[in-house]
Amino acid sequence: MKNFYYYYRKYKSIFIYILCGMSALIAIIPLLLIFYHTISLGIAAINWDFFTQLPKPVGESGGGLANAIVGTLILVGLGCLLGLPVGIMTGIYLAEFGKNTFGNIVRFLVDVLNGLPSIVIGVVAYSLVVIPMKHFSAYAGGVALGLLMIPTITRTTEEILKTVPRSYREAALALGITQWKTTLFVVLRTALGGIVTGVMLSIARAAGETAPLLFTALNNRFWHTSLDQPIASLTVFIYNYGVSPFEDWIAQAWAGALVLIALILLLSLAMRFATRDKYSG
Amino acid sequence: MNTNIQPQKLHSKNIGDFIFKNLTLFFAIFILIIIVLMVYEMYSSSAVSREKFGLSFLTQSVWDPVQEEYGALPFIYGTLVSSFLALLIALPLSIGIAIFLSEIAPRWLEKPLSFFIELLAGIPSIVYGLWGFFVMVPWLRENVQPFLIENFGNIPLFTGAPYGVGMLAAGIILSIMILPIISSISRDVLKTVPRAQKEAALALGSTRWQATKIALSYSRSGIIGAIILGLGRAFGETMAVTMVIGNRPTISASLLEPAYTMASVIANEFTEATSEMYLSALIEIALVLFVIALIINSFARLLVWSVTKHSDVQGKM
Amino acid sequence: MESKNYKIISENVNAYFGKIHALKNISLSIPTKSVVAIIGPSGCGKSTFLRSLNRMHEMTPNSKITGKILVDNINIYDIDAVLLRKKVGMIFQKPNPFPTMSIFDNVAAGLRMNGMKNKKKLTEIVEKSLQQAALWDEVKDSLSKSGVSLSGGQQQRLCIARTLAVNPEVILMDEPASALDPISTAKIEELIYELKKDYTIAIVTHNMQQAARVSDYTAFFYMGELIEYDITNNIFTMPKKKQTEDYITGRFG
Repeated sequence: MKNFYYYYRKYKSIFIYILCGMSALIAIIPLLLIFYHTISLGIAAINWDFFTQLPKPVGESGGGLANAIVGTLILVGLGCLLGLPVGIMTGIYLAEFGKNTFGNIVRFLVDVLNGLPSIVIGVVAYSLVVIPMKHFSAYAGGVALGLLMIPTITRTTEEILKTVPRSYREAALALGITQWKTTLFVVLRTALGGIVTGVMLSIARAAGETAPLLFTALNNRFWHTSLDQPIASLTVFIYNYGVSPFEDWIAQAWAGALVLIALILLLSLAMRFATRDKYSG
Repeated sequence: MNTNIQPQKLHSKNIGDFIFKNLTLFFAIFILIIIVLMVYEMYSSSAVSREKFGLSFLTQSVWDPVQEEYGALPFIYGTLVSSFLALLIALPLSIGIAIFLSEIAPRWLEKPLSFFIELLAGIPSIVYGLWGFFVMVPWLRENVQPFLIENFGNIPLFTGAPYGVGMLAAGIILSIMILPIISSISRDVLKTVPRAQKEAALALGSTRWQATKIALSYSRSGIIGAIILGLGRAFGETMAVTMVIGNRPTISASLLEPAYTMASVIANEFTEATSEMYLSALIEIALVLFVIALIINSFARLLVWSVTKHSDVQGKM
Repeated sequence: MESKNYKIISENVNAYFGKIHALKNISLSIPTKSVVAIIGPSGCGKSTFLRSLNRMHEMTPNSKITGKILVDNINIYDIDAVLLRKKVGMIFQKPNPFPTMSIFDNVAAGLRMNGMKNKKKLTEIVEKSLQQAALWDEVKDSLSKSGVSLSGGQQQRLCIARTLAVNPEVILMDEPASALDPISTAKIEELIYELKKDYTIAIVTHNMQQAARVSDYTAFFYMGELIEYDITNNIFTMPKKKQTEDYITGRFG
């Protein structure tokens, strides 16, 4: 009694599943294209000078983005100075003492911070740092990146700490170890791998941010002289060079994009392998 | 010896514990202060603009820094339309991917595929912008848009000249960027559907697709949450959109025309804003973005939370 | 009953978890350097009672204990929980060595985190504790290996060594052998027999044969109440209460 309706349903099911598989394929296409173009267009301008030289003025060819690469590292470093302590300590608070209304409020605020457009973070860092200091600076860029890093670090720290089995905590307490030492040297230590992953993720994200740096760290065509001066970053350089009319600048923008993607890809691959088979997280 | 001793509320607490707890509390309060400070700063810095234009700031479509006339409507329009366009493209694909990953794909395929999709989320916005500007926009200009104009030119959506840059380009680039968010959260939500639900359907003689439909309806509110989070990302996206949307503060029905978004106008004009009024108007736009982000996030978290509170999905977002 | 012979005295102990009344008027005292086994069906409150003795119940939210518990005639709520737990150590149902630490570091953890820096002394204590826990011969060549690389039974003895290293006077054991195979269980039981020469031990077990083998006194808990407490031999040969008899003869539980 396998009638028409049976076959209709059966082939409809198969047809829709094929469509689903095709969606997955379609989603992969832009990824592959972006990789392909970034590599093929970027590799041309990658050479030793790119990593060691300062940008050349308009009209002169050659030069590199050494100051921008270092600048990005410095900005991310400054971001860590703000994001790491706030993120990790808040994460500990939420996991260990946060089962109350205040904890829920903080959790919600961290979510809001996570959902804020990065350009808004830039505006905030501008009002909080640039206006009082009266000029653009590496500090302002660092504050912007730090604010962006806080939510990821907080959430991962909290989640990972919660996955540490109670039994380790109890074992430590039963040995007459104080609670704070138990948290720091037993619980946090056990969760360290997962927290490092969260930190790396947030670093990768911060290193790729452009919008919040546009009017905080600004840009700089030279080596920075001090942290309260504008500083170059890879992303802002990619933007400025990318929209410029000069062909060698555009080539350098692609090279910058290649370096950035390689950096982020390496970080996430490294994390994937580092956390595989390890403690759940 | 029979006196009952009540446990003291104040157990003799170790001083180290006291310091440690309050130190972590201090940082939690720090976050609270930062958010309050953020709102306060944006609110007070936008005072000049808010007092002069009031609510008409949101409804006026003239943006003229020379005449000091500021109306944010073109940017609001640009943000809304580009985001919804992105959603229109990304949603069916994302749901398809989520179904494929959670219901169809074997494990050996699911893992690398999820990884690729997550990589898509990891690509910096500026790289999307660069790629959109140099690869996608020329392709739209030379292949897609002439075709659209030729065949659908009588529909208002597709009138005009093939600029390449414009609303359509912004919508496409945004759709690629929000696709990983919607698909990965939807997949996680779909995976929380109890096996028994699907098996019950299969046992009744349903096809696998019919069983999947039951799973989809079961996780409806979680998927809506995922969509809203994706929209939130699209609303706030800056660099990629700035590079492909054309940056012209006009309101046009045609998807081929250049447009402008709230985030883009801040990115482009903030450092040029010389007058107090100009800066104030831009900060007011940031404030609007903040409020939108606040609403979107509260709503989405609520929805996702209501379906997944018993699983660990929330932590991944 | 003269109190000086008792290491732990508890009187009228009641425990509540939220609205659940988990322990009802327990008065049970543990003689110095003896082994008391606490038996009873699951959910009878035996673990709760054990955990209240070194205030581990404070880990559970909404828990409340009333009544009096004295260790060495000192009310346990008059001293810091940290000091109490140094004196009253605990072994858990599932072996729980610290996963990020080596065997040596596991045993040294309690001492180190309480500030001991003297390396020579640490090494001495670690060796002595491992010997007491009958694990030394098996691990002396691999002290730097991870604690979780050991077998389940070895892990549990490692946990015992870790507890012994802080030099407690009382050891509470919460079903220490329930996750282990019979051979490992036998080793733990032998160990308990050795340890009672120097320590006061309370052991919760659902295994009646184990209680009969290792303990001097046995307490039978049922539905949060202490039904009977006597010399082990008496409990198993001539229980006074009907419920006890039903339980040990396997009629319920």
